[in-house]
Amino acid sequence: MMEPQPRIGVYICHCGTNIAATVDVAQVAEFAATLPGVVVARDYLYMCSDPGQALIQQDIKEQGLNRVVVASCSPTMHEPTFRGAAQQVGLNPYLVEMANIREQCSWVHRDREQATEKAKLLVASVVAKAALLKPLEEREVGVTPGAVVVGGGVAGMVAALDVADTGFPVYLVEKSDRLGGHVADLNRVFPTLESAAELLEPLIERVTSHPHITVLRNAEVVGMEGYVGNFTVEVRDSGIVDSGFGGDGAESTNYESTNLRTLDVGSIIVATGYDVFDPHRKPELGYGQYPNVITSLEMERRLATEDLTGFSKPVRSVAFIQCVGSRDVQVGNPYCSRVCCMYTAKQSRLVCELLPEAKVTVFFMDVRTFGKGAEEFYDEARAKGVLYRRGTVSEIYRRGDRVVLVGEDTLLGRPIDFEADLVVLAVGMEPRSDIADLSTLFKLPRSADGFFMECHPKLRPVDTVVDGVFLAGCCQGPKDIPDAITQAKAAASSALIPLIRGAVLAESATAVVDADWCAGCGMCVEVCPYGAPALDPFWGVSRINAVLCKGCGTCAVTCPSKAIRLQHFTSEQILAQVDALVE
Amino acid sequence: MALKTEPMVEQLELLGCIQCGKCTGGCPVARKTVLNIRSLIYQMLVEPELDVAAHPELWDCTCCFTCVERCPKDVRPAELIIGLRGQLVESGRIPETIGAALMGTFRQGNPTGMAREDRAAWVDGTEVKAAQEGCELLYFVCCTASYDPRVQPVARALVRAFQAADLDFGTLGTEESCCGNEVRRMGEIGLFEMLVEENSELIRSVGASRLVTTSPHCFNTFKNEYSLDGMEILHYTQLIAELIEQGRLKFSHPPNLPGREAEGKVTVTYHDPCFLGKQNHIFDEPRAILKAIPGVKLVEMDRNRERSLCCEGGGGRMWAEGTNLEERLAFQRVHEAAETGAEVLAVACPFCLLTLEDAVKVQGLESRLQVMDIMELVDLAL
Amino acid sequence: MVEEVVTRKSAALVIGGGIAGIQAALDIADAGYPVYLVEREPSIGGRMAQLDKTFPTLDCSSCILTPKMVDVGRHPNIELMTYSEVVSVTPPGPPSYPPHGGGGAFRVRVRKKPRYVDVNKCTGCGLCAAACRMKGRVVSRFDEGIAKRSAIYVPFPQAVPLKYTVDPTACLYLTRGKCGKTFLCQDACPAGAIDFEQQEEFVDLEVGAVIVATGYDLIDPRTKPEFGYGVYPEVMTGIEFERLSSASGPTMGEITVNGKRPKDVVFIKCVGSRDPHTGVPYCSRVCCMYTAKHAHLVRDKIPDARITVFYMDVRAFGKGYEEFYDRVRHERVIYRRGEPAEIYRKKARDGQQGDKLVVLAEDTLLGKPIEVEADLVVLATAIVPRTDVLEVAAMFSSLGGLECSPDGFFQEAHPKLRPVDTLLDGVFLAGCCQGPKDIPDTVAQAKAAASSALRVLTQCQEAVPA
Repeated sequence: MMEPQPRIGVYICHCGTNIAATVDVAQVAEFAATLPGVVVARDYLYMCSDPGQALIQQDIKEQGLNRVVVASCSPTMHEPTFRGAAQQVGLNPYLVEMANIREQCSWVHRDREQATEKAKLLVASVVAKAALLKPLEEREVGVTPGAVVVGGGVAGMVAALDVADTGFPVYLVEKSDRLGGHVADLNRVFPTLESAAELLEPLIERVTSHPHITVLRNAEVVGMEGYVGNFTVEVRDSGIVDSGFGGDGAESTNYESTNLRTLDVGSIIVATGYDVFDPHRKPELGYGQYPNVITSLEMERRLATEDLTGFSKPVRSVAFIQCVGSRDVQVGNPYCSRVCCMYTAKQSRLVCELLPEAKVTVFFMDVRTFGKGAEEFYDEARAKGVLYRRGTVSEIYRRGDRVVLVGEDTLLGRPIDFEADLVVLAVGMEPRSDIADLSTLFKLPRSADGFFMECHPKLRPVDTVVDGVFLAGCCQGPKDIPDAITQAKAAASSALIPLIRGAVLAESATAVVDADWCAGCGMCVEVCPYGAPALDPFWGVSRINAVLCKGCGTCAVTCPSKAIRLQHFTSEQILAQVDALVE
Repeated sequence: MALKTEPMVEQLELLGCIQCGKCTGGCPVARKTVLNIRSLIYQMLVEPELDVAAHPELWDCTCCFTCVERCPKDVRPAELIIGLRGQLVESGRIPETIGAALMGTFRQGNPTGMAREDRAAWVDGTEVKAAQEGCELLYFVCCTASYDPRVQPVARALVRAFQAADLDFGTLGTEESCCGNEVRRMGEIGLFEMLVEENSELIRSVGASRLVTTSPHCFNTFKNEYSLDGMEILHYTQLIAELIEQGRLKFSHPPNLPGREAEGKVTVTYHDPCFLGKQNHIFDEPRAILKAIPGVKLVEMDRNRERSLCCEGGGGRMWAEGTNLEERLAFQRVHEAAETGAEVLAVACPFCLLTLEDAVKVQGLESRLQVMDIMELVDLAL
Repeated sequence: MVEEVVTRKSAALVIGGGIAGIQAALDIADAGYPVYLVEREPSIGGRMAQLDKTFPTLDCSSCILTPKMVDVGRHPNIELMTYSEVVSVTPPGPPSYPPHGGGGAFRVRVRKKPRYVDVNKCTGCGLCAAACRMKGRVVSRFDEGIAKRSAIYVPFPQAVPLKYTVDPTACLYLTRGKCGKTFLCQDACPAGAIDFEQQEEFVDLEVGAVIVATGYDLIDPRTKPEFGYGVYPEVMTGIEFERLSSASGPTMGEITVNGKRPKDVVFIKCVGSRDPHTGVPYCSRVCCMYTAKHAHLVRDKIPDARITVFYMDVRAFGKGYEEFYDRVRHERVIYRRGEPAEIYRKKARDGQQGDKLVVLAEDTLLGKPIEVEADLVVLATAIVPRTDVLEVAAMFSSLGGLECSPDGFFQEAHPKLRPVDTLLDGVFLAGCCQGPKDIPDTVAQAKAAASSALRVLTQCQEAVPA
């Protein structure tokens, strides 16, 4: 059947002044109208707006357009918008292409003339490709109802509950032998000063008694295959499955993890938590050398048992040092650990209550008490007698059985040698020591600070670049309990969407093998990161699983026989683009 | 003398400072003078001009670089002091003794201004090859080790150790000039650059693969501020520790300490020099050497390693009185050493050796404590 | 005979169409459930639409927001009710007419305010606004009073829906009963969309879950009169600065004050926040970061400006925030510790051009009082609960009402464990109506509320005869 002649509509967006200030959009539209196959070319203020889309739709209907080119912002912004607009009036969404004349042109150049010429070239190139676009099928695949939550801390538990409460089976995989994560190590929480154990117990109880949640303790994820909606997760565990759990952790036992099980699920939530900064890495603070210097976590245990013995007696002076291991390029952690200012205010205040005669001092750089009720909590701590001194401590040495903090009070403007009986280091959070392995396992990239990277720091804080895998809690970055819980619920929401819908859209622009040309060398199988191609055992040629394929194109460029074609990015299309650019 | 602050703020990247106070907080000299580096940085940031001449305490800085090592925002506070000193040097407003040291270095290649032709006199009969004839290991002696009679034994001890280990080494003899480490820190950038150029050419012409120094100061500048590519730069403690480990240097008996009963045992405590320890993180090799010497029991001071208390010898302080003569950090340090019960305070730097020994004398601790360079102990045990 | 049944899905109601409401609606709709998104302004977008660039990535706010707005507009499961208000949320009663939605725990009455424009005919062409007699005379709230518009308007060019609305407080006809001889807007409109006969409509909905995402207000800077806001034109608020700096704003992104580019720019944080005098003891959470961002934007646009930020603490706590604060300092933004006490005007001396403002403060690190000249001062004003908070709470009065925390924002069920639930089953909170927060935390909270809502909705489904 003869392919109908391309009838291309070209739309140049002003994007307000984002494009129009640098590129002469009218001129570009004029130029576009002269390109082969172009039936109509317009420019408009905001193509993504309702009237902008209506322009396209009207032209499709009235001018019989069968291809659309929108020259505007990056496709990551509005490709779905324009594809959707076309689809609504019956044009296959893959017959729409975009030319990025904003991020790749108007936003990076200043000279109007040159930028306009470049925009014209970009448009010509995309128009050339558009002429060769083919319609592609949109496919849906079914979703395995169920989720795996990796990590049984507060974030993992809340995420599991939200998914399970909606009626889906959840496997909660916890590496250690108990649930609760780091919160279980805490005494009281800020700003309410409630007992952490009392907060956790009902949560753990709900999780372990939930009909839809299977808790696997002493368990580790050792393999992950598949794609959104259809994951296969391999877990090595102890073979013992929870059906009840003692509230105070007394029943926890270490089982040998030798059992291998396979879980088929639709969504995965990673909630693997954090590690605490090891203050041995700041030897000048004397941790490990002086018994008087402890970490904040150790202080939590002390406060829980109300035992402040073992230091110089009597304990007349307690000092807290903020930002140990955070905001510090010397140890490779330039970021803020977010919770330490609040937990220090909490601990210092509790110490005041426990030791009314003692002097309690906090040495800080900034006080970051930003949450709900937090500033008021900080006010209370000071009212209760905690003295805040601005100036971070440089080193600690011993004097008798006490220690001396060497620092400067930047508000007094002079150095101080501050004697203390007990020093608490406000240690920060770090990515887990095994995060590199987890990263490889789940194919999750990490941000510059070493924590898992979210899709977009503003608008997609729990999604990852791996569809179907979501992040919850501190594995994505330091945060306090309410924020971790909020994020866990957010991850649950993202995880629930495919589960509730029961189907996901598979990638349409996938690679296809021309069996006549395929030599069966198997190189495509080797290079594919998604395991999509496989050699047919009978015919000896490669077949690509269109659902596993993500359209990355690696196989297509690797194939020595040129047997693989990546739909929507075929050689003809790309070469046509190049030709248009160099002509 | 009003300095416009903006150019230096940009050049030294002081903008990263968040005024946390860790620099002044850890500055050993801040406690005994008005030197407040944090405040100086802040003034540079917020005022359009700074009257540099109004800060004589700038000469108190020992360039121990504790501030640089600990700054959480990677600002290099001590570089501001060096930069401001540079302004003072340019305008000629410097203490007389500093001026003399710089002039001496310029004229005779050493800050004491002693005759260049006497520089190699320390060899005192021992056979030392001229490096210019070619050698594998270039031994850079150091001005202080060459000229100061208290330090010359250290150089001779090193030579004997190299010979015992059968190393192919040589020195530059009278052609050796000051490495310039202190010159830069005193603010004389021009002279420093000249020294770097001349010394680099001379050192490269020798063709040695390794360079070893007596002083951590020389080591620091050759390693971090020169570009002697292709050469391995070592402080002697690294080399000696290596030789001991390889079995090429063997001890035959405990050190014969003069004026003591040869009991075969001596308690030693080690003072980490700022330019070796804090700045270049070499803490273990000196200790390894001491522990390898038979009969030596090593005890640690509380403020050791990263927290070693600066002896106030660096940053030009060997030639600058400073603004507070009464409270010397070296006094505090020798008391700390004595309190460990050690009989010997071991050092690995000529400046530490001189300042701490002086402090022992002034503080009347001679009967309890003896200050010795590690090489002197090694030499007595070979 | 076999009865055919279908599962009638319960719907969710989202009150408020800012980023929180938008995200919550999208999540629920993507899961396949119907959502009513009710927004009282003519367009969704909320505060985020007013912003220039967002920290720490410096993404253009509208650029990342508009795709979501468009998604909402196109989503088959979202019924967008803009220029509408929720009147009441009550327990379900017998429906007097076929109920909308698939049944649930709440009946909602919505008032659709009259736009006086037929949205089915309006194409968003803007000819009415160009013709309006009040053109250039109505203060634009979206532009925070910096710009003026017509009485018939869209709040901003990327509005969703892009339909014009007549402002009943500004339109001559609606306020005085007469607009010249003829309605200029009606005459100009090629689609015949203007309809002054429009009446408000009431719609009753039945929903299974409600998400309150009504957003925030900013404190009136006149509560701190010592800063001269409203007296000195060089003193503006952070949100006003956003409009000034925005490329689609009234000055196309040019930062000018009194017709000139400012040379000395001073930012003052904690204006109203952390302040017992204004009744706002809490921290507004976002100001440290947006001030750093503003400082960066000034540096970007006015390379030789002297920029000073006065602070008490710098709260750069989120992902990438401390690093952004580092970046901004390296761009020669000088942070001076000290909360300014007042601003006054200093008369020009000989040779000096114009009278400058002077900011009085103590520099607590220098330990002495200082005066810093400024020709632009930006006040980071406190985020406060909206003035209609009590009204919104009262919508739920028949269910027991919505609780507020001592800080005046809506109270979550438990400050640690239940950050999006309220004490009313099925009613959830999202965004700044629960407390100040930045965009990432707002989006996370909106998704969290969606998760809670989905749980309720999936349980609310009922099988009904087909």
